[in-house]
Amino acid sequence: MNGSVSRRSVIAAGVSVGMSGLAPGVFRQAHAESRPIKVGLTSIFSGRVAQLGITTKNGLLLEFEAFNAAGGVGGRTIELVDRDSKGKPEDAARLTRELIESEGCDIIFCGEASGSAFAAHEVARSSRALLMHVISETTQLTADAKLRSWNSFRSARQALHDSIVGGAFAAKIAKEQGLTRWATIAADYAYGREATPEFMGYVESNGAKVELVAESWPKLFQPDYTDSITKILQSRPQALFCGLWGGDLVSFIDQGNLFGLFDNVRVFAIHLADYTTLMSVKQLPAAGAFSSNRYVSVFPSRSENASWSEAYNKRFGSKPTNWSWEACVGARFVIDAIRRTNSAEPAKLAEAIKGMQVAAPVGMRDGKTVMRSEDQTIVDYALGWGRIVPNDPYLVDVQPADWSEVLRLETDWKRRVGFG
Amino acid sequence: MDLSALGICAATSSCIVTQVAAGLISGFLLFLVAAGLTLIFGVLGFVNFMHGSFYMLGAYFAYAAYAATGSYTAAVIAGAAGVGALGAALETSVVRRIYHADVLLQILVCYAFILIFDDLVGIVWGDEFLSMGMPSAFKRAPILLFGGVIPPFYLFLVGIALAIAIGIALLMQKTRYGKIVRALADKPGMVAALGINTQLVYASLFALGAMLAGSAGALAAPVRSMTAGMGFAILIESFIVTVIGGMGSIAGALVAALMIGLVRSFGSIGFPLFTEGLIFVIMIAVLVVRPQGLFGRQVREL
Repeated sequence: MNGSVSRRSVIAAGVSVGMSGLAPGVFRQAHAESRPIKVGLTSIFSGRVAQLGITTKNGLLLEFEAFNAAGGVGGRTIELVDRDSKGKPEDAARLTRELIESEGCDIIFCGEASGSAFAAHEVARSSRALLMHVISETTQLTADAKLRSWNSFRSARQALHDSIVGGAFAAKIAKEQGLTRWATIAADYAYGREATPEFMGYVESNGAKVELVAESWPKLFQPDYTDSITKILQSRPQALFCGLWGGDLVSFIDQGNLFGLFDNVRVFAIHLADYTTLMSVKQLPAAGAFSSNRYVSVFPSRSENASWSEAYNKRFGSKPTNWSWEACVGARFVIDAIRRTNSAEPAKLAEAIKGMQVAAPVGMRDGKTVMRSEDQTIVDYALGWGRIVPNDPYLVDVQPADWSEVLRLETDWKRRVGFG
Repeated sequence: MDLSALGICAATSSCIVTQVAAGLISGFLLFLVAAGLTLIFGVLGFVNFMHGSFYMLGAYFAYAAYAATGSYTAAVIAGAAGVGALGAALETSVVRRIYHADVLLQILVCYAFILIFDDLVGIVWGDEFLSMGMPSAFKRAPILLFGGVIPPFYLFLVGIALAIAIGIALLMQKTRYGKIVRALADKPGMVAALGINTQLVYASLFALGAMLAGSAGALAAPVRSMTAGMGFAILIESFIVTVIGGMGSIAGALVAALMIGLVRSFGSIGFPLFTEGLIFVIMIAVLVVRPQGLFGRQVREL
């Protein structure tokens, strides 16, 4: 070596410098492609309705575990990060923001009841994360165009759909049995205030004579329903619409039985036909109870539904709930979108999910459920009303929805209330 | 606001009977919890924010005992005695160390225990709600009185709560223990100087207060779905009762609890959207007009 710098060494040095500059980017990309896809969930994991959060999470886990066991996509698996909002809107909003900004979750599953769902919805609208509402059934969430955004979807059933089907079902029974005096009870929050008039409106529009003799609006998660029960009792109704759910519904029925409230009153309780609720109610309303199909493994009567129910039971040692299938369907939309786009980029996923059809235990279009593109909410899911019996299968004589009629009435309703 | 409905109700015997019964039921259950709270605050000067947890634990202990024995009597005894023993243990190990501490510290310690008890309940009994079910002895048709409806189980609850109320009143007014407790509330130093083991009295009183909350939880268990955190709502109501009735006054707690129960019962017919609001209006009115509460003693500042 004579101290001069050869051309070869200059090139080698240049390449080395270039490589060292490129390396972090290359490694970052490689790391991004190998790291898990972080998915967030906020829900209610404590308190009277903890079963909501628990069974929602279970519904998601079943799908994510199957996805991960199959190797994920490009080696990337899904990691679920869950947070307990305790059902408080302010906590739901804060936790959603934390999951997006601090935990780096690009996909959020919102397992919140309607009050908190609106709060989380607003956070997601101002973010670039994909939000899938898997619990909130309040119609306005997706029907109101002003609330829509490119990144928010709903895989939960819709209150209006239940009201359309339930209203027709209840009207038929009311006309057959001469039930004209109606009372209502639902929790005093967005869903209760919305679902009650919708249901009663469809009872009336289906030709039943309705005299509303009492309305009761207890607080959500109220422990004592005595004042509501005695108020309803005083009005001597023949039929009762009940929009309560979970532990609230169980307490109401248990306490109502003490007063003989249900001895002569037919109860139309949207949320009764869910295994965890049915198995907690010690004595069903004596004069007859009817419910929407929240979740029962016999409706729809297909092997896919029964096998999903069995798989859930085997994995978690309990029966699935309505919330479980809603979460399952939401997870399937996201997983299918990840597979189709080979990406976890929210914008790509959102584009893929619009109008997507996925196979679902409750799918009613050739076993599939559809994410309607115009309002980004699901249709063609199992929807029906039937009579409650005390033992398995719990829901019998189910009258399934005619989806074309449901969609026609939904369009009419949207036009009527100004959402059309 | 539907005052005409309230007027119609007031003119109907069936409505009056049913609503009065409903008010008494809610009121007496609330009294059982609030009585313990007011005793602890009135004598020990301790703001027991974990009192709602005692109510919750009473319900869960009763649930466990009922599941094991099938006996509602055993369930109520287990709920009351279990929480009473827990109260005694807590007083001797933790609470007595903070009697003279800042109120903020007392509240923080209580809040820590609320979280601990909620988590323990979740670990032991799970996070999902539980339902105990009605004991077979009470599975019978409601009693009809002047056209009004009274469930036998609630009649039993009112009877038990009334008996407990009378028992506490006698204990405090007619026994040596009651005299010591009342003396402790006024002149603790003098009581100690007389050679009385004041720490033992404090512990027993805290245990008694806890036992009352536990018994309320156990008694109500057949008609309330149980869940971790269920004590919080009744804690707030108990504080309202204590404020209206007067700190440390058992009679005040009884009157205030019954007043709340009746306001809620008749309010659900006449002004359902303002029932809770009216309860707070009453509380504010009492605080303004008679700050020591309806039955509380005025403390003169020197």
